[in-house]
Amino acid sequence: MTLKREEIADKLAAVGYVADHDIATALWLMGLLKRPLLLEGEAGVGKTEVGKALAAVHGAELIRLQCYEGLDQNAALYEWNYQRQLLAIKARESIGENADTIEEHIFSEKFLLERPLLAAIRRDRPPVLLIDEVDRADEEFEAFLLELLSDFQVSIPELGTIKATAIPCVVLTSNGTRELSDALRRRCLYHYIDFPDVDREAKIILTRVPGIDATLASQIARMVAAVRKEDLRKVPGVAETLDWAATLFGLEMHDLRQEPEALYETMICLLKTQEDRARVTRELSERLLGKVA
Amino acid sequence: MTGNLQEVSRPHADLGVDPRLRKDQRSESLSAPARRRLAGFGRTLRNNGFRIGLAETRDALTILTSPAAIQPALIRPALRALFCATHSDWDRFNEIFDAFWLGRNMRQRQVLSGTASAPHSPARRLVEAHVPQEALGLPDHAERRSDSNAEMPADGRGRREGASRTESLTATDLRHIVDPDDIAATHALASRLARIMRVRLVRREQIRRRGRRLDLRHTIHRNISHGGTLLDLAWRRRKIKPLRLVVLLDASGSMNLYTAFFVRFLHGVVDAFREAEAFVFHTRLAHVSPSLRDRDVTRAVEKLSLMAQGIGGGTRIGESLATFNRWHARRVINSRTAVMIVSDGYDTGEPSKLGEEMRRLRRRCKRIIWLNPLIGWRDYSPQARGMQAALPYVDLFAPAHNLASLAALEPYLVRIL
Repeated sequence: MTLKREEIADKLAAVGYVADHDIATALWLMGLLKRPLLLEGEAGVGKTEVGKALAAVHGAELIRLQCYEGLDQNAALYEWNYQRQLLAIKARESIGENADTIEEHIFSEKFLLERPLLAAIRRDRPPVLLIDEVDRADEEFEAFLLELLSDFQVSIPELGTIKATAIPCVVLTSNGTRELSDALRRRCLYHYIDFPDVDREAKIILTRVPGIDATLASQIARMVAAVRKEDLRKVPGVAETLDWAATLFGLEMHDLRQEPEALYETMICLLKTQEDRARVTRELSERLLGKVA
Repeated sequence: MTGNLQEVSRPHADLGVDPRLRKDQRSESLSAPARRRLAGFGRTLRNNGFRIGLAETRDALTILTSPAAIQPALIRPALRALFCATHSDWDRFNEIFDAFWLGRNMRQRQVLSGTASAPHSPARRLVEAHVPQEALGLPDHAERRSDSNAEMPADGRGRREGASRTESLTATDLRHIVDPDDIAATHALASRLARIMRVRLVRREQIRRRGRRLDLRHTIHRNISHGGTLLDLAWRRRKIKPLRLVVLLDASGSMNLYTAFFVRFLHGVVDAFREAEAFVFHTRLAHVSPSLRDRDVTRAVEKLSLMAQGIGGGTRIGESLATFNRWHARRVINSRTAVMIVSDGYDTGEPSKLGEEMRRLRRRCKRIIWLNPLIGWRDYSPQARGMQAALPYVDLFAPAHNLASLAALEPYLVRIL
């Protein structure tokens, strides 16, 4: 799993991820130092994409754990299959087995439901474990995660300790809705992903919207960069840019100046609140267009 | 790009690693001085608030002795990924890296002393040993002198009055406290007040959590192993999200006499709330929570006083709020956030701008508390135009001219928790 940095950079490009300048270094370090990588950045800058790209680079399986408030070990680690257990109890009782045997039977691996974290440490080949939006999970869960990330073993009271067969590559993302603990931060390598600059965003558009004009792509990238500078409640991310690019491409536009009206109408792809919509008026959109196109 | 390569090639020279060596030779070639230099870099980062332990230093050695370290351009991003833990670390790393390895000047604000700086007389230092809370603002600069009694004729407060003296301190307008002993006592009170508020707030939360209900679904799940007989009950408790507190402290000239005390209070409060953020503003806005989280109170307050030093000129509350709304609000404010603004409301900017920004802020957060030291003055009414513009959006407009008025806030905070 330890690739050279150049190989990672090349492969990232090959799988269609237009990388931020230093991200290849960070991904290379993950292999060298065996540390998880913590990615931060505004919503929509492509943090999750890094995890997916990394899996593609290594040709590894991607296991994703989406965090949310109230996420507990049952949903993240393992759960017993209660329905099957109940059936097994009834079935075995009727043939007259004693309680100890039944208990041993229903708490065997057969009845264990793997959740993402357990799955990640039980693969033969090291997978990429993407722990998405870790800041949404509770602090208790974060502490548990920290323990798992340092020991890579899990103890299940009824079954015993399960050790990792392969250490997964762990990528954590955070949107900063809650401050993460120092301990978790220190455990991880860190990379901050900014909004891509105009050139990179144009490249992303070209990669993701095949067939689009290079001029249009660069106009879109400049326009989005200008919109981001406006005082918005929700700044459009790369995903929004791609939606917009796909829309304009679908409308068979070749130049943003071609149809200012359609341009304004389709900006709903970028502006997702009523307030922002009101802020970017026709006049403003035309003025921005004048500057970028 | 070539220039960039050259820039970072010097750390290599400093570390004494010859890139031409083969891997097995290189791991031993990181000389003792080079290791010391790396440790020095770690120390510099730590002094700048980076959290770096032995494990990080060891990993840095691994990076530098790895075959890939042959490319000098790799070292900076690699160390950056390793040593940074937060966005602010990330933003400051390059500057510190340049300053350390390339000898470039850092901007002044980066140079924060970790220890008490000014050389004082032994007597003065003795005082500080008991009173380490050197804060900013004028009152602190009053030197303790044996003849201070003579200089400051009796103003009704004796210097050794025991318990009653503390009481009188809580009611005295903070402007009037000038005696170094009293300042020290006031600082201690401010810290204690913040601590008391924490204890009470936490207790309230726990009492509420005691209300438990049976969770049927989990109970059934849990008792499958008993053949469906309910032996092991699962309970559900109400989970309470802690209130988040964001404090914006006005550190302009007109607030000068009060700032020192509020910084102490802030430190206590930020410490008390699990989720709290603090900002200081005068003509611009600075995010100061990281400094306030420093466990060493003296150092925290010292750092903060550097940041809070106004450039003179007026307060631009409206613009500072605009900066806050634009750059910080999305991150630090959620629906359970109370925003506390500590300011006298003397705004040199446009009142309409302040009103507009207050309106935006109001829509984002749960409560806005405005503490104004001037309310404590007799006959004060909020005439300042900025204050007028802001008032419609304020939930609680309260005095904060003495410690008693700060203490009076506590029940209110508990209510909105």
